[in-house]
Amino acid sequence: MLDIVSVERRFARGVVALEDVTLRLEEGNFLALLGPSGCGKSTLLRLIAGLDRPDGGRLTWDRGRAPAAGEIGFVFQDATLLPWASAADNVFLPLRLRHVSRAEAMPAVHDALARVGLAGFESARPRELSGGMRMRVSIARALVTRPLLLLMDEPFAALDEFTRHGLQADLVALWREIGCTIVFVTHSIYEAAFVAQRVVLMTPRPGRIFREIVSTLTPGPDLRLDPGYATLVTSISKTMAAVLAPA
Amino acid sequence: MTESWLRLAPGFFALGALAAWELAVRGFGVPVYILPGPIAIVAAFLTDPGGLGGSLLATLTVTLTALVTSAVLGAALAMAMAASRLARAAILPWAVVLQVTPIVAIAPLVIIWVGDPFASLVVCATIVAFFPVFANTATGLAAGAPEYFDLFRLYGASHRDTLLLLRVPVALPYFLAGLRISGGLALVGAVVAEFVTGSGGFASGLAYRILESGYRLEVARMFAALVLLSLAGIVINLALGAFGAAVLRARDGP
Repeated sequence: MLDIVSVERRFARGVVALEDVTLRLEEGNFLALLGPSGCGKSTLLRLIAGLDRPDGGRLTWDRGRAPAAGEIGFVFQDATLLPWASAADNVFLPLRLRHVSRAEAMPAVHDALARVGLAGFESARPRELSGGMRMRVSIARALVTRPLLLLMDEPFAALDEFTRHGLQADLVALWREIGCTIVFVTHSIYEAAFVAQRVVLMTPRPGRIFREIVSTLTPGPDLRLDPGYATLVTSISKTMAAVLAPA
Repeated sequence: MTESWLRLAPGFFALGALAAWELAVRGFGVPVYILPGPIAIVAAFLTDPGGLGGSLLATLTVTLTALVTSAVLGAALAMAMAASRLARAAILPWAVVLQVTPIVAIAPLVIIWVGDPFASLVVCATIVAFFPVFANTATGLAAGAPEYFDLFRLYGASHRDTLLLLRVPVALPYFLAGLRISGGLALVGAVVAEFVTGSGGFASGLAYRILESGYRLEVARMFAALVLLSLAGIVINLALGAFGAAVLRARDGP
């Protein structure tokens, strides 16, 4: 889907957010970018989204052009819902910005809300919803345009563990159902091991890709009970500890 | 029991203070041209309710016209600044100049230039009331979290859609808070302008009554005009507070 080649991004005062990052995104893959704070994983996500430009290197899309508006869905750490709009109106927003009429959009809006388990909550305001439900609305909003690529920036980091586990399992189910490509930024080893097929480890200062670990596990809600999951978590933890220790 | 006492307490305190004031004025034999008691003040109002009421109406007309002008002008200029950096660079310094210029100093010029007394008063009161609603709206229009702007960019939102669907709703509470401050300032501006115009100007506002009563040593009437002014200020403040709450309820739904 996308080739990221020797990408570099520098910020003011000589901070090197990304250095020589090369990575290929495969169609339909669920990839996790894992690393401690400041390793440039969010910066990389913003570059893929086209919200920021690299100072060096290039991003080459297989189709020969960057995705158009709506072909990329983005989920932020905060649900970023408009507090004055209902759940349905929040999910409608991306279509509204593309001048789709409300009547035309509503079937897709209801479908997206149903997919994230929020059928019946169309008229609820964000403040009437729990943190987990707000994040579900945010995911529905990202899915409503049927994106080819879904980018998620630590979407569950602010949720409690029980809510987080539920959302992780539902996200994996959703991904298997609709088959889009997902890049998922996280600083949780457990989360990366649970959701992703490919776990890309990044290291800070400067932000680089350190190693990639491919999961051979079958994704599913009971994965946490699988002994293979524990092995994967251990292997990622050891790799991460090895690289972070000397610093 | 305790709750209702707490609610009644300010009223009782005011009654007590007024009674003490009246008793002190009578007990020490303070002449009415130095300090009238509350009863004399009420009596002064009742001897000429039409005159003072008419003056109150005149001052309120200036105040509300100036407030509406400030709100429209302030919101429009703030939106222009949000839409274009050039507009921002052009407008902002002059808004600050306007804010720091003492109205007393420029009111005579305004009166000479504008000519029409009513319009002069509105211009002066607008100059005083303009800044809070303008500055608050400008702050509100830029107050959305960066992620929201990223979201709108990602979906290729036009400047117009970003303004109408994101910046304006986010700015609404800021605008309303600014409007409430400007409401009080519009009244102050109207009164100050009336003072400066004095008897040569639009001779009917409450400030003119205060000046007139002062010249005539009708101190009780002067106090009555002052009380009307304070009451008008309180009502404007409460009304704008209720208006703001209603608008935000309409925005945020039930």
